[in-house]
Amino acid sequence: MPFGNTHNVLKLKYASSEEYPDLSQHNNHMAKILTPAIYERLRSKETPSGFTLDDVIQTGIDNPGHPFIMTVGCVAGDEETYEVFKELLDPIIEDRHGGYKPTDKHKTDLNPDNLKGGDDLDPNYVISSRVRTGRSIRGFCLPPHCSRGERRGVEKMSVEALDSLSGDLKGKYYALKNMTDAEQQQLIDDHFLFDKPVSPLLLASGMARDWPDGRGIWHNDTKTFLVWVNEEDHLRVISMQKGGNMKEVFNRFCTGLTKIETLFKDKGTSFMWNEHLGYVLTCPSNLGTGLRAGVHVKIPNMSKHDKFEEVLKRLRLQKRGTGGVDTAAVGGTFDISNADRLGFSEVELVQMVVDGVKLLVEMEKKLEKGQSIDDLMPAQK
Amino acid sequence: MTFSNKRTMDCLHWTLRKTSAEVLQQTRSTTKAHLPVIHPYLSNCGNKAMANNFARILSSKRNVGIMSLVGAGSLTAAFLLNREHVTAGAQVRRVYPASAEYPDLRKHNNCMASHLTPAIYAKLVDKATPNGYTLDQAIQTGVDNPGHPFIKTVGMVAGDEESYEVFADLLDPVIKERHNGYDPQIMTHPTDLDSSKLKSGKFDERFVLSSRVRTGRSIRGLSLPPACTRAERREVEKVVVDALAGLKGDLAGTYYSLTHMTDQEQQQLIDDHFLFDKPVSPLLTCSGMARDWPDARGIWHNNTKTFLIWINEEDHTRVISMEKGGNMKRVFDRFCTGLKEVERLIQEKGWEFMWNERLGYILTCPSNLGTGLRAGVHVNLPKLSKDPRFTKILDNLRLQKRGTGGVDTAAVGSTFDISNLDRLGQSEVQLVQTVVDGVNYLIDCEKKLEKGQDIKIPPPVRK
Repeated sequence: MPFGNTHNVLKLKYASSEEYPDLSQHNNHMAKILTPAIYERLRSKETPSGFTLDDVIQTGIDNPGHPFIMTVGCVAGDEETYEVFKELLDPIIEDRHGGYKPTDKHKTDLNPDNLKGGDDLDPNYVISSRVRTGRSIRGFCLPPHCSRGERRGVEKMSVEALDSLSGDLKGKYYALKNMTDAEQQQLIDDHFLFDKPVSPLLLASGMARDWPDGRGIWHNDTKTFLVWVNEEDHLRVISMQKGGNMKEVFNRFCTGLTKIETLFKDKGTSFMWNEHLGYVLTCPSNLGTGLRAGVHVKIPNMSKHDKFEEVLKRLRLQKRGTGGVDTAAVGGTFDISNADRLGFSEVELVQMVVDGVKLLVEMEKKLEKGQSIDDLMPAQK
Repeated sequence: MTFSNKRTMDCLHWTLRKTSAEVLQQTRSTTKAHLPVIHPYLSNCGNKAMANNFARILSSKRNVGIMSLVGAGSLTAAFLLNREHVTAGAQVRRVYPASAEYPDLRKHNNCMASHLTPAIYAKLVDKATPNGYTLDQAIQTGVDNPGHPFIKTVGMVAGDEESYEVFADLLDPVIKERHNGYDPQIMTHPTDLDSSKLKSGKFDERFVLSSRVRTGRSIRGLSLPPACTRAERREVEKVVVDALAGLKGDLAGTYYSLTHMTDQEQQQLIDDHFLFDKPVSPLLTCSGMARDWPDARGIWHNNTKTFLIWINEEDHTRVISMEKGGNMKRVFDRFCTGLKEVERLIQEKGWEFMWNERLGYILTCPSNLGTGLRAGVHVNLPKLSKDPRFTKILDNLRLQKRGTGGVDTAAVGSTFDISNLDRLGQSEVQLVQTVVDGVNYLIDCEKKLEKGQDIKIPPPVRK
């Protein structure tokens, strides 16, 4: 929960060692990196909007973590957080994003023409295709820290921009607090509705305050382009459809995003972005592209193969159950998506998914016929 | 940052005491134009008790900390008195006017939502206590938890003792609603921990299975659980555990820190029904009181397991005296003796409990002000509980029923938890007497019904 900076002034009367959190039971990126010395150097700092070190790390203190799943354990309250607290966040980013250095530059590429292929994933295996990312509106604080007025400002600006989309992107906004029962049921049936977060990872950061004020869902009439407003980030943008035509999904994704960005620029603002971190989002794990491109794919044989994990690792892909992160797969159908977010461009990541899923389907077909997949084993990307 | 210049500190004390006296001469004012060097949150109050209370807070030794907030130096007086300096260095976060920040409370049913008008919000939203606690923080739990159509929650908390002064424009009406018309502006609360005054506190054990009295205490000078820093929370733990180590005789006991508890100790505490767990109720978690769990939380109990203290759960301390059986007198005796002993021990080290004559003992939730006392029994009332007049009888006796699992649980069989409804405006002795008289009446009804006799609804107990 965010405190005003005068509260931070109160803490400074205590020695740093008296305020230092007990991280002895903890296993998350923040707990691995934070030392008493770093804490002492950073604790008197704050961003211009008053976000402090304890605000950054509170979620990591309150959620010691899991022995197998490494959570990040910190959040940003505004764009400046990544600058003011870089001494802590740079090593965390490096650890989380495969060695990405503080001096590295991130490439943004939202030109869908650069994607090769991707329109012919076998629909007998690939059930659906989806690309999602997040965007933050420059000048507003992020969900852990924003005031009600700011959150409503984000909503207003976003809805104005979305309302001016046309053609196959034309759509409608459903504010969470004004939704009728019928609208709510339809959104649930479409698998579009997001609910108040229950995960303590999210709650402890303060992002669920004032729910459902300022939150809502926008989608186009054809239900292939969807935007979440003020959930974990200012905006989450999703392009999806049934079948294996990832190229079309990515086309719409890029077109929609570019149009929305233009509309924001017309209003005198832009998305939070810089050439080192790419697109800036609440959780450090979503920096760079913030992009997760994935498919629901039927690979019952491949998923039981003892080389499955190794293949995924080499292809830089990750598996999830079809219920989303932390769910188990049902009946051999998996959610397969890119593991990386930062250090690769959008086109590069979607290319990895397209090429990787194509290979997985080929392997599945071979295993169906009782053949070996050894000659198909990929090199490490 | 230490405050080493004693003379400057004495001057500051004097300046602030003088300021409080000046305040006494001011009438309520809606503008600050003619109040150049008055604390903004005193500028609108002509209330003598409030100003005296503030002076008392400042003169307490432990508030060296607040002085040192200001930093050593000759301008400290001006620094503290000009509230802008308290937020110096911080950008004013409020880019939006108060009307754009006002919460949407249309679906809400809690005391805060009933009394927070846009006008009061606009008046209080830029204020902060000396520790930096703000209105938005105080009301966050009420905004996040719209409430229940039947059960009206309070919907706000205090982050420190000064919250009750700085945000009085909102808290006073909330207190008045919650505490049955008690008006903090004009009334005073009686504190009486002389348990010898209790009459006939031994219940028929054919009906009463156990007796219990609980309250809370806060350590003056340290922020309350919604707002405290880790160091403050650890200091509360240290102060209280040091004091408890000085208890002797049937009060001597042991402290079990939640962080360092062994599995065996944990199991024993669970079996004794002593162990408290990390709060899951969003009413509590939304206020920020569960931060850093389980750091500096723990349970102390005496060797005979009849006196128990929770540290840093919903309040700095929760103090519980309990026994099997119906000897409420002995439970209350131990309660009062224990509390006074703990108070004596912390005073030896220069600490004291948060208390004032307006609100009694200061706790996190406004519903626990005054005595913070809940005295109750687990009592078997198979016939009475089925009588349609049961609820009305309880109402008139100023008692409430709960299931034996605690608040919001249902009764199992016909065993009920019966306790006092009120907390503020009556003393500890008065409230426990109310429970004693009331439970005796209920038992009497039960006995009458056993014999096939009729019972009467008692007249309402005079408050």
